[in-house]
Amino acid sequence: MGGIIKSASAGTLESSDAFVEIFPAEELSVEISSIVMERFGEAIEKAVREQLSECGVAAARVRVADRGALDCVIKARVETAVRRAEAKE
Amino acid sequence: MRRSMLFLPGNAPNMIINGGTLRADSVILDLEDSVAPGEKDAARILVRNALRTVDFGCETIVRINSLDSEFYEEDLKEIVPCAPGAIMPPKSSRREDILRLDDMIERIEEENYMKKGKIKLIPLIETALGVENAFEIASSCGRVTAIFLGGEDLSADLRCKRTKSGEEILYARERIVCAARAAGVEVYDTPFTDAFDDEGLIADAKLAKSLGFSGKAAVAPRHVYAINEIFSPTKEEIDYAKEVMGVIEEAHRLGKGAASLHGKMIDPPIVERARLVLEAAESAERRGFDE
Repeated sequence: MGGIIKSASAGTLESSDAFVEIFPAEELSVEISSIVMERFGEAIEKAVREQLSECGVAAARVRVADRGALDCVIKARVETAVRRAEAKE
Repeated sequence: MRRSMLFLPGNAPNMIINGGTLRADSVILDLEDSVAPGEKDAARILVRNALRTVDFGCETIVRINSLDSEFYEEDLKEIVPCAPGAIMPPKSSRREDILRLDDMIERIEEENYMKKGKIKLIPLIETALGVENAFEIASSCGRVTAIFLGGEDLSADLRCKRTKSGEEILYARERIVCAARAAGVEVYDTPFTDAFDDEGLIADAKLAKSLGFSGKAAVAPRHVYAINEIFSPTKEEIDYAKEVMGVIEEAHRLGKGAASLHGKMIDPPIVERARLVLEAAESAERRGFDE
């Protein structure tokens, strides 16, 4: 894993979910927006980066719109977006 | 004990994370009908993560995609290592389908150093062929712990209209109860699909109980309480069961071969029914849903 060859997304903007977009890029960057940004922004970014690392993603632009999702949901959405972005047509 | 089994759509985090608070005896995390074909991958990963991290406080069952779909093998690869209580294969129609599934699960258990046979199977019977083969499905292998009737797909297969009163599935209900009991496994009734018809739900659940079903599935969380109540023994049933057991113990103590209660002979089937009532009452109390 690790080759982000196209843009992809996963998840929704519904309550308790997160919408994750991933784009090919030269280096790794993560942007988070969340309804609980002040309290959990850092924890969300940590979960996103952990999952990206687990998926072997070293370079990509990742944008996450969080709607109060648990870590296991955020990680599931990141993993799904990564797998979709790695998949050949 | 499963009185109620609540379906939770596999790609809906808000339903899944609250699943454990909805008082069902089991939750069914659904990867099949409630998930759009383009979201099967997302639901599978979400359900896998939820199984690993969410404390549902009850049995977890995963409904995988059917064996004639392109999705079920991936479902098994992701879900089996998380050791849910049971896997529910939809459209189970033949013994061979269940044996194939049993083999595949065993292979994944071996690869993951898991205890073999711990994950159970609850085949969903929802085709005319499945109903006719219910006994061979129910008795196909040791993993099958129960069978479950799906009335919606079945009525489509029978080419009849699904009604609230359910005459069109009466034969199927009776047949699968008989098949399950003959095979020594539990048996669950189809959900009542009108979320807001409380009287209809109660009538449907009482009918299922009277036919011998062990419990009933729900698609609406608000149905769980009524189902739990209907499939729990009543106070009168518990009191009578205690009397039966008391009379039998006394007869055994006195070395008598037969006993009677209120002028009626107490024979082995009555004792067995009393034992099951007390067992169910004890389980219901443990689940704490009697208030």
